[in-house]
Amino acid sequence: MSGIEETKIESNGTLIRLAPEHKIIIDLIEEGTRVMDLGCGEGDLLRALKDLKKVRAEGIELSEECIQACVAKGLFNVHHGDLDEGLADYADKSVDYVILTNTIQVLHRPLFLIKEMARVGKKCIISLPNFGFWQLRCQLFFQGRMPKSPRLPYEWYDTPNIHLATIRDFREFCRTADLRILREIDLRTTGEGKCRIVRFFPNLLADAAIFVVQENE
Amino acid sequence: MAIPQNSVGIVETKYYTFAEPPHEMELECGRKLGPITLAYETYGELNPSKDNAVLIAHALSGDAHVAGYHSPDDEKPGWWDIMVGPGKAFDTEKYFVICSNVIGGCKGSTGPSSINPNTGRPYGLQFPVVTIRDMVNAQKALIDHLGIERLLCVAGGSMGGMQVLQWTVSYPHAVRLAIPIATTARLSAQAIAFDEVGRQAIMSDPDWMSGDYYGKTIPHRGLAIARMIGHITYLSDKSMHQKFARRLQEKEEYGYDFVTDFQVESYLRYKGDSFVKRFDANSYLYITKAMDYFDLAQGYGSLKQAFAGVKAKFLVISFSSDWLFPSYQSKEIVTALRQNDIDAIYTEIQTDYGHDAFLLESEQLTNLISNFLEHGRNRT
Repeated sequence: MSGIEETKIESNGTLIRLAPEHKIIIDLIEEGTRVMDLGCGEGDLLRALKDLKKVRAEGIELSEECIQACVAKGLFNVHHGDLDEGLADYADKSVDYVILTNTIQVLHRPLFLIKEMARVGKKCIISLPNFGFWQLRCQLFFQGRMPKSPRLPYEWYDTPNIHLATIRDFREFCRTADLRILREIDLRTTGEGKCRIVRFFPNLLADAAIFVVQENE
Repeated sequence: MAIPQNSVGIVETKYYTFAEPPHEMELECGRKLGPITLAYETYGELNPSKDNAVLIAHALSGDAHVAGYHSPDDEKPGWWDIMVGPGKAFDTEKYFVICSNVIGGCKGSTGPSSINPNTGRPYGLQFPVVTIRDMVNAQKALIDHLGIERLLCVAGGSMGGMQVLQWTVSYPHAVRLAIPIATTARLSAQAIAFDEVGRQAIMSDPDWMSGDYYGKTIPHRGLAIARMIGHITYLSDKSMHQKFARRLQEKEEYGYDFVTDFQVESYLRYKGDSFVKRFDANSYLYITKAMDYFDLAQGYGSLKQAFAGVKAKFLVISFSSDWLFPSYQSKEIVTALRQNDIDAIYTEIQTDYGHDAFLLESEQLTNLISNFLEHGRNRT
């Protein structure tokens, strides 16, 4: 099975770190499309998408420091905002891809936002940690403790992750939100900045997943 | 005093006169104004391709003197010296920075205290009511005079930000980058209300004499009160608490009289009195009126339509504790820009300093502006 590794690319004089998930997402996106990254952080994915896929990139980010980092990377379309407020300013299907990486678990209203994403975006790409991963199940089952992992490093009492789900949960969630799953890519972290694609029993063997979804017609 | 290393140094105010009769400038109110003199300052050098010019627009009580010192004895540098100079946000090693006093002002540009050529006496209330758009049109004449076709950037806070927005709409091809800070696309009822109280304070001062006080006693009390009110709106509850709390001014106990008790009273009185020394009461009336009239959407149907032909890229900045120009007003600007597919960065800077925050030293503001200019300059 093919391994995917974190890479660093140089753009405009700054070094950009691309996590394996980012690389997979970049491959999913066609050149010249319009992309919106929700919770775009310091703008690495958007910068790479601009450089590699010539997309029209837009980002929303809650942290003031992250917005500053985005501006330093020469991104001209980033907005300081709270995703829990939704995307009311955006017209229906005005964006080709709306991306939400590793963020759905911190939202107060994930169902609300996912519906908003599907309204605004022709397609949505969502990545999330899989709480059904066997190692996490084992921690709960054998140690009787709330699971922790490199992907979920927080103590139960001090975590931004308030809506954790398993891959199976997420598939069901998509049905609830009236979304069609176009693709599901299941991933297993194999080391720092490395992962591989999982083909069997993903809800047990994958520690993360990327979904491409779309509003049902 | 010694002039700091990162200062533009000793600078000089220059003057440009245009719109000589019979070529007066048409104003939005329908009246004509001319001749018009603009006081302006420039820092740095205009490059041979003339594409590194940055116009800074000042706020209500500002002037053309943005940075540096007029003489080595000056106690204070220009009003935005923290942002303009070698190595600063508006780096004068890279950019040619221009700022002019607005028309209607009293810092060297034509305003109500200027001599009316028809009467040989100060205009007073004979001066026509000017708008933000008129101010911008006058600035355009100066920019043309300086031989600049396209500004790299127009930037400004508060009323300066209104001028920035107006520039991008009035002269879309002449602005590449726009930085409106702590501003709005239309003045709110709350802000109009404060302006009106300030104006009423001036106009109810018996010394105001319907604006005809030049060469006589100036309406000191009225203007000082207007400034005191204004100053309250530039601060925040928290910054006032931090600065003054309930501390008493040079006394241990309450005086049980109406002489100054609290530090905040003393501070406001000082601000009011010192403002009177440097500002004209009629200019205060005219400039606040220009702000009140500002509504970018007017004549377009909506803000979205107002921005329809705009070419500039935007960096929109608001401050969390600014209650005079609250963040939602900046967000409205950004929403309308986005609806037109115009590139816009929006950020709200966390601060306790209220509306005045844009005038204060801020690493965030410096980084945002310098990076935006640097990347914006290399694109488009």
